[in-house]
This record gives sequence, structure tokens and C-alpha cells, in this order.
Amino acid sequence: MIEGILIGLNTALSIKNIIMVMIGCFAGTIIGMLPGLGPMTAIALMIPITYGFEPSTGLILMAGVYYGAVFGGSTSSILINAPGIPGTVATSFDGYPMAQQGKAGKALAIAAYSSFAGGTIAAIFLLFAAPSLSKVSLAFRSPDYFGLMILGLTAVSAFSAKGHFLKAMMMVVLGLMLASVGQDTLSDIPRFVFNNMNLADGISFVLVVMATFAMSEALSIIFKGSDPTQAAKQISLSKLGSIRLDKEETKKMVTTIPRSSIIGFIVGVLPGAGSTIASFLAYGMERNFVKDEEKQKFGKGSVNGLSAPETANNAACSGSFVPLLTLGIPGSGTTAVMLGALLGFGIQPGPRLYQTNPEIFWSVIMSMYIGMVILLILNLPLIPYIARILAVPRAFLIPLILFFSVTGIYLMSFNNFDIYLMIGIAVVATILRLYEFPMPPLILAFVLGGLMEENLRRSLLISDGSWAFLWDRPLTLCIMITILFIVFWQIYNSYFKKK
Amino acid sequence: MQISPVKIISLLFFVFSGFYLYHAYQIRVFAFDENAPFNAKTFPILLGYAGIFFSGLYIALPEKRPANVNLSVLDYKRTIALVVLMIIYGVTILKAGYFLSTSIFLVLSYITLGEKRWFWVFTLSFPFVAIFMFLLHGLLDIYLRDPLLKYLGIIG
Repeated sequence: MIEGILIGLNTALSIKNIIMVMIGCFAGTIIGMLPGLGPMTAIALMIPITYGFEPSTGLILMAGVYYGAVFGGSTSSILINAPGIPGTVATSFDGYPMAQQGKAGKALAIAAYSSFAGGTIAAIFLLFAAPSLSKVSLAFRSPDYFGLMILGLTAVSAFSAKGHFLKAMMMVVLGLMLASVGQDTLSDIPRFVFNNMNLADGISFVLVVMATFAMSEALSIIFKGSDPTQAAKQISLSKLGSIRLDKEETKKMVTTIPRSSIIGFIVGVLPGAGSTIASFLAYGMERNFVKDEEKQKFGKGSVNGLSAPETANNAACSGSFVPLLTLGIPGSGTTAVMLGALLGFGIQPGPRLYQTNPEIFWSVIMSMYIGMVILLILNLPLIPYIARILAVPRAFLIPLILFFSVTGIYLMSFNNFDIYLMIGIAVVATILRLYEFPMPPLILAFVLGGLMEENLRRSLLISDGSWAFLWDRPLTLCIMITILFIVFWQIYNSYFKKK
Repeated sequence: MQISPVKIISLLFFVFSGFYLYHAYQIRVFAFDENAPFNAKTFPILLGYAGIFFSGLYIALPEKRPANVNLSVLDYKRTIALVVLMIIYGVTILKAGYFLSTSIFLVLSYITLGEKRWFWVFTLSFPFVAIFMFLLHGLLDIYLRDPLLKYLGIIG
């Protein structure tokens, strides 16, 4: 492991990669601050730029964007009560009241230190958990993988769209259907190509992610008449106040950070749960832990109330890399985009990544530490100025997002058809978004489609066409029971539970 | 009786799944694969049924939390205008070249969205695209196909 850490440090600490982390953190913070544009859009916009890079450099850039976007989301939560991403909603409960009391600088500092500590502690957990889990996951068979993928999709549907489980499941099926277009990987038989040679190789992952996130989010903003940059215009530099914390505030954070890091990391590892649930759970748990006197301050500007969700959501981000790096199965929409990018680089994440591409495995983990430090150094003093950059009018921001999206596809294929297909998917996604159909399950299903079919193929061929492989092995059986429980619980909760 | 838009979308998805399922059954597999436990159409067939099942379930079950969308406040004009501009951008990008079509797309998009500061409209289009192209093509060595600039001898 020590050798791996040194390899990772060597790669991550190269000048080029440090610059990439800095750019990633900076760009992620800017995009994350804009309500409606989250880490997935930020990463999607970065994918075409990473084409010319080495895989480790590209991944380091995307990891930086991810952390930056999460941190950026916290900033808008605190300053204007407009969370950039769902994972920072809980941050606004106490962050915004603090800002209203003239302690915005303090609130930003608490968020920055908590994010740093949460992310760093979780990255240490990841350092030890990932190699061990990689070894364990070598014992997994095709039926287990197939089950795990269904579990991931079901869990993301259950958690990413609370109360809209069936809508999310429709999006899962749609994502899998889109993934099935093109030649069958084993027999090369064309499927759903309709004599159009442009579809023979299937639909590109970048095309789908750009269309369903970057482009449809930009179109949704125009369609709904909202202005995400309005938030940044409200930020006044003079009202931020000091960023220094006193002894008592530091003491409160010191007790909150370890427990919130643990809960954040564990929730992050679970498929589908992610930073939103982690932050809410940590907030709720913290309220039970603190003394009655502090409990009264929750929702009115409590240091513990702000530190807990901020620590947990960053810890969850690190945690979400565990299933991606060890099993090759992303547990969230954002890590699904990362998986797509990895596959684009010709790297198949999974238990063998640790052995076959140690420099990538370790450099991503090491870059997380570096990313945390850079976020702290770069963002805390620069937040007011970043906020000013954000005050770019909507009339400039939206066309630029559309331009980056089209350029991304143009660079890939130099083909008009792909641009038309992307516009078509983006228009459909915009309408679906309007009626609260969630997009993360679609993208996760699209990424997992090929792997799911391959594992189902192997399982059915080994069991000679019998579906008994779903309950033959105890591990697969446990996974299937969990899936059934989630499905029935969600349907019961949505349709049959009395209010 | 008013039908909820989400139910209509579900119904469309139901029909789409039926269409998908029909075409899944039409996939031609090799003769020796016809009776194999798994062939090229097995997974798509399962997906077709899954689509019918979930959309059918949504249509059949009562809607507990209907999406509340006020259609009268939506900005149809600008959204459609942007989509049309993107299609035109897609049509012209190969023929007119990346630089010219992108710059014109940006100018027209800014104007469509109500921007009237001409200095910024110009700066964030032609010079911006030129710098962007230099970064990609010149520094990062990412190939950018532009027949027009190639014809003019600006790029190789």
C-alpha cells in the first residue's frame, strides 16, 4: 500500500496535475454556486476538455470539479439561502441564519473547515477501505454483479427522487433502452439502428450526459424564466464579516466533525444514498448529540448545525468513490459520469483496477487530499471574488453552456447527426425535468446498461437459462431481497401509506 | 375529466415501450443462437416489458403528488428560438466551419436572450471563440475541424 501511495503522490503532485486540481476546484466552485447547475453538469462540461489528457490527469481534474461544486453549493446556501445542489440544503438551515446575523464570513469559514476535515477524514477511510474491499470483491460472481447493478439503480431511484419512485424507474428503463442502441457487443448484431449508420456504434455517453444535464439544465433555466446568476448579484462583499473562529466555535467543530465524517462516509458508500441523505442524517444526528442549550440554537445559526451537514456531504463524496473504484459500479449520478469518463479513457474500474492501473487508483485518492487543501487555500479568501465572477448575466451564461455542450460532441465525432440527436434528447429531457422526472437514474442506467447485459448474459449461460442464479448464492439472494424491499417499500410509501 | 400531464407522459412511454418491445422481437439473431439461453434480443425484450410494467403501473395507480406546473409562465418563445438556433448551428458547423458558425450562434443567442451591450456581445463571440480555438487546437493539441479556416490557411 505504501508503494501505491507513493506512486499516487508522485502522479498527483506533478505540476500539471496540481494545476488541474486547481482549475477543477475553481471551475467546480463557480458552477456549483449556480442554483440548478450541480456537480454532474460541471463534470459533464469538463469531459471533452479531458480528451487530450492522460487518464489520471483527466480524472484528477474531474475529482477537483466534483469537490469544488459541492463546496460552491454550500456558499450559495449560506449567503443567499439558495442551495446550488440538494446535498447542501441542510447547510442553509443554520448557515443562512448566521449570514443574516452578519456572520457570513464565519459561516463560510466553518463550512470550509468542515468540508476540508470531512473530506480528508473520509479520504483516509477510502485509503484503507478501497484496497480491502477490492480484495473482497474479487470473490464476486456475475450474478452478484448483476444484482448489485439492479440494487444501485433501484436505490438511486428511491433516494434521488423522493416520492417519485415510478418516474425514476421509468427513467432507469429509458436509460437502459438508450444504452441498447447499436451493435450487440458479443454477436455484433445491430439493434434499434433503423438502417442509420450513425447509430451503429451506439449513442455516445458524452452525448447523453451533455444532453440530459448541461443542455437541458440550460434550456430549463430559459424555459422557466429563472435566473441562477441573480443569486450571485445579491452577495455583498461588505456584509461578509470576519472569517476568524473563536475557541468555543472551534471546540464545537472538533466534536462534530469526527462523527459526521463517519456517517457521511458510510452513507456515501451505500448505493444511491449520496451527499443529500448524508447531510440530513448528520444534521439530525448532531441535534440529538448536542446539549439542550445548543439544541435550541439549531435552525437559528448553530455552529454544530452548520458543521455537521458540511462535514457529512464532503465525506459522502469520498465515500461514493468506494463502489466505483472497487466494484466498478457507481453509487450515484455523479460517479456514474465519472465511470463513463473512465470507460472513455479505456479503463474498466473494478477490483482489478487496484492491480492493473495502480497509478490511476492511487493518484485519484491522493488528488482528493490535494483537492481539499487547495479548496481551503483557494476558495476561502477568494469566495467574494468568485461570487462576483458569477454575476455574469444569464444572457451570456446560457449560450456559453450550450456552446460548450455542442463543442464537446463536435470534437468527438465531427458529425451533424450527433448534434441533432443531442438537441432532441435535450428537448425531451427539458420537458421531463419540468414534470419532475429525475435525470440521475437515467444516466446511471445508461452507463451500467452494457455491463448489466454482459453480467446477465454470463449468469444465464452458466445457469443454462435458469433464473435460479438470482437466489442460488446467499450473497445474490441478500441483494435481491434488499431490492424487493426497496421496491415494495417505495410503492407502499408513495401510494398506500396513509398520511 | 382532466388527465394529468405526467400520466400523458407515462402513456407515451407505455406506447414507446410497446414500440421498443416490437422491434426487440424483430432483432435478427444467428440461427445457432435462436434457442440459446441468452442472445442479442433477450435483454431488450426484458427492457420492453419493464418499460410497459412501470409506465402501466404509473397510469393505473392514483397520483398522490401531482406535479404542479404553471404552463402560462413558461418562456416558450425564447426556448424554441434557442433550439432552432442550435439546429441551425448543427447544420452550419461542418459547412461554414467551427469559428464562423460558433461565433454567429453566440451572437444570435445573446441577442435572443435580450442582451444589448454590443461590446460584450462582440467580445464574447468572435474573439472568445478564437481564443478558445487557440487553447484547444494550439495548446492542448485537440483537433478542431474547420474547413473554412483551413481553406484560408489559418489552421493546418
